[in-house]
Amino acid sequence: MKSLEELRAIRAKMQGKVGVRAESADQTRVVVGMATCGIASGARPVLTALSDAVQEQNLSEKISVTQTGCIGLCQYEPIVEVMEPGKEKVTYVKMTPEKALEVLRLHLIGGQVVTKYTLSAAQNGAKQ
Amino acid sequence: MPEISLNILDVAENSVRARADLIEITVSVKPGEDTLTVIIRDNGCGMTADQAKRAQDPFFTTRTTRIVGLGLPFFKQAAECTGGNFRIDSEKGKGTTVQAVFGLSHIDRMPLGDISSTIHTLVVFNEQIDFKYTYEYGDKSFVLDTREMREMLGDEISFMEPEVSLFIWEYLDTNKKETDGGAEI
Repeated sequence: MKSLEELRAIRAKMQGKVGVRAESADQTRVVVGMATCGIASGARPVLTALSDAVQEQNLSEKISVTQTGCIGLCQYEPIVEVMEPGKEKVTYVKMTPEKALEVLRLHLIGGQVVTKYTLSAAQNGAKQ
Repeated sequence: MPEISLNILDVAENSVRARADLIEITVSVKPGEDTLTVIIRDNGCGMTADQAKRAQDPFFTTRTTRIVGLGLPFFKQAAECTGGNFRIDSEKGKGTTVQAVFGLSHIDRMPLGDISSTIHTLVVFNEQIDFKYTYEYGDKSFVLDTREMREMLGDEISFMEPEVSLFIWEYLDTNKKETDGGAEI
């Protein structure tokens, strides 16, 4: 059995290295819907993939990944909302871990909205 | 919901929204008794007896974004269709306990699924809440208590730090395998 004692070693190793993790106004917020509708359609791995990637790439000062309840668009879950300071919110729909990592790479790091995965693209597609 | 662990995640999110500061989750597999029992207990805002009864009805929800609430009804139905049972005990201002018993070998029982990832998600993304997770298989068991984790780790270091997050996942995964011997559940 693994023991929680290992956390003491992690603590000793990280002493002094931990920065302040306060949410700031110039941070980009990435929000994953985690109500019944989101969870049932696969939001958990999407949340984990985004959060892991942000941590691994040391982006947590710029990007915060959090969860929220039902956004009210259940048929489009899993939903990821991107809120950049001073910009309009972008809603990505029917996400998978792979698509979410594409959004991270192209939009959150590269600055280009991945139009094909947005809510408006999905709604326009449905009308045609 | 394709797996029991996602029902647990969903019901525990209710506890988060009920402003609980302690959520206790027990998953108990008893092959000898042919049962799989899930208990989710919180010290959140609780419900009146009437609300607790209506919470099992799909056309009741406290949310305002839509008029149906399927979380608890899904869980109830999943348990009852395996010859098991389901109950909610709640007291306004004290908290809520949800218990679901499944028939372990019943053909209609959905798989437990990735319970370690579910608990990991809950613990890491709700750091302000204490969790006590107990996993039992036969007479073996292990516990993850975030209050004990905090004692070892101190208050400064976030569970979201990659090393800590990975440790939590490995702790859950390794100890589950040692508890159930890697049984498919």
